[in-house]
Amino acid sequence: MSTTAAATPTRTLAAGRPSRSRKQWLREIGPDAKLLLIGIPVAIWTLLPIYHLFLFAISPKQDAFSGQLFPTNPTLNNFRIVFGEKHYFLSHFWQQLTNSVVIALATGVITLVIATAAAFAISRLRVRGGRTVMNLALFTYFIPAAFLAVPMYKTMGAYGLLNSRWALIMAMVTIASPYAIWVLKQASDKLPLELDEAAIMDGASPLQLFRLVYIPLMLPSLVAIGIYAVLLAWNEYLFAFLLLSGDTQVTLPVALGNFLAADDSPWELLMATGLIYALPPAAIYYVFKRYMVGGLTAGAVKS
Amino acid sequence: MSSLALSGSADTLAPRPRPRLTAWQVWGLLLIAPYLLVFLLFVVYPVGYGFWLARHPASYAQLLEDPIFKGAVVNTLIFLLVGINVKMLLALLLSGFFTHQRRWIRWLSVLFILPWAVPSIPTILSVRFMLNPEWGVVNQLVFRLTGDDGPNWLNDPGLALGFAIAVHIWKSLPFWTLILLAGRLSISNDLYEAASVDGASPLQKFMYVTWPSMRTLYVTCTLLSMIWTLGDFNSVYLLTGGGPADLTHVLATLGIRYLRLDQVDLSMAAVVCAMPLVLPLVWFLMGRLSK
Repeated sequence: MSTTAAATPTRTLAAGRPSRSRKQWLREIGPDAKLLLIGIPVAIWTLLPIYHLFLFAISPKQDAFSGQLFPTNPTLNNFRIVFGEKHYFLSHFWQQLTNSVVIALATGVITLVIATAAAFAISRLRVRGGRTVMNLALFTYFIPAAFLAVPMYKTMGAYGLLNSRWALIMAMVTIASPYAIWVLKQASDKLPLELDEAAIMDGASPLQLFRLVYIPLMLPSLVAIGIYAVLLAWNEYLFAFLLLSGDTQVTLPVALGNFLAADDSPWELLMATGLIYALPPAAIYYVFKRYMVGGLTAGAVKS
Repeated sequence: MSSLALSGSADTLAPRPRPRLTAWQVWGLLLIAPYLLVFLLFVVYPVGYGFWLARHPASYAQLLEDPIFKGAVVNTLIFLLVGINVKMLLALLLSGFFTHQRRWIRWLSVLFILPWAVPSIPTILSVRFMLNPEWGVVNQLVFRLTGDDGPNWLNDPGLALGFAIAVHIWKSLPFWTLILLAGRLSISNDLYEAASVDGASPLQKFMYVTWPSMRTLYVTCTLLSMIWTLGDFNSVYLLTGGGPADLTHVLATLGIRYLRLDQVDLSMAAVVCAMPLVLPLVWFLMGRLSK
């Protein structure tokens, strides 16, 4: 952070005329200095837990436990142990990672299919009762997730789905789809109606309208919603730990939570695994940042 | 908003709309059916089941006698009051900070979003270890600087709850800042220029331009955040586990505790006790957002 911060005054100086006096220069960076007073604490606050996680993950156990502030003996050994499943806490690392991937992708796909179909029916086909369905979805969105967890657990038990991937996938679809439908409906309300009329004049059927007009125009919102659902499922802890059990069934966050139960937890391995788990969402977020911020905040600002 | 309903426009376009209209309605129902199915199976049934489990008056009597429940209610109220107000105020201030056009602020905004983007469990566990009384970096620093042992941070109910609130703010601040930033950016620049011409101070610009345009959004965000904060299980559970001695539970973690103790009825009764707070919020937010 400090390098980019330091770069700003020099840039301002270089951009100005060489005859610019010292006083003027100070006036130029004056407001920036005030901004830095906010920016530096914000950067420290944001990065502290993440830096600590990273520091732990690349340090041997004795260094990590000695309260070091900088990596004195950086090593990749923790990652070697994790990837090689060479600790009994991690003996199913790859299986659990696969579970996380499968569940996240399935949640993303199913949410997209259900929500896109519903938003199209409500917004473009103006199906009777569409407004009611929209309100039901919104209502679901406003149930605090932790309050739904226990009844969901009992329900999955009643359906005989406990300990199956489907339990978690369907729970996550249930939680993700209300917001997905809402955002997609807001986005599709903005599409000009003339497009539909033109397609109808050309004799398009509802399905053709959906496939040839609606989907291509909605693509940016669909990307945002797909990623939203994938990340929601990938990051989920509570429902995963309630609905799944058994070392080969659980997702990686649940396995990490199980570390806590033991007194002799290998914290450096826990942190290394955690860092590995945190990387994909961070990467996905940055690659699709443009879609995410626009797509997910658009609906909220309207109100 | 669009002025014409789609079926209506089909009516005016074609003189023989009847068969088409029904075909469109049939397709509409078919496409909406999957969500309705999910809603029935995984929302209506669980919610109904939950209320059915919570039907015994005895459960409520038992809850009221449980000191842990009383503690959890108080903790939840503190968590909501402090957590939400601090978070939303910070988000409002920071959204103003991020409107400044600087290259380094753009970089900072990219980093700033990380807490929201990454999963809770690694970062909360990282904080948890930082606060470890013997090996954590905080107490090692305290020892190095003062020669004394630092406090056992998470073993003090007040401090532990405070840290849980801090973790909650750390995690959700980026999201609300982004939302409020989007709100600020949608205010027309002309208003600020006009205010500048009239010689308004930055504070006056905030009072008379920014705040009036942001007020509705701010209130909606605060209420929405209230619902999500009520459902925040991770910040408390992963940091303190409800401990020490079950003194830092909130309603979200208490339900799971009763489930573990095989007292599902109590768990659901605890959730029902939160309904007088949740339902008005839901009603209000439905009115705001279902347009």
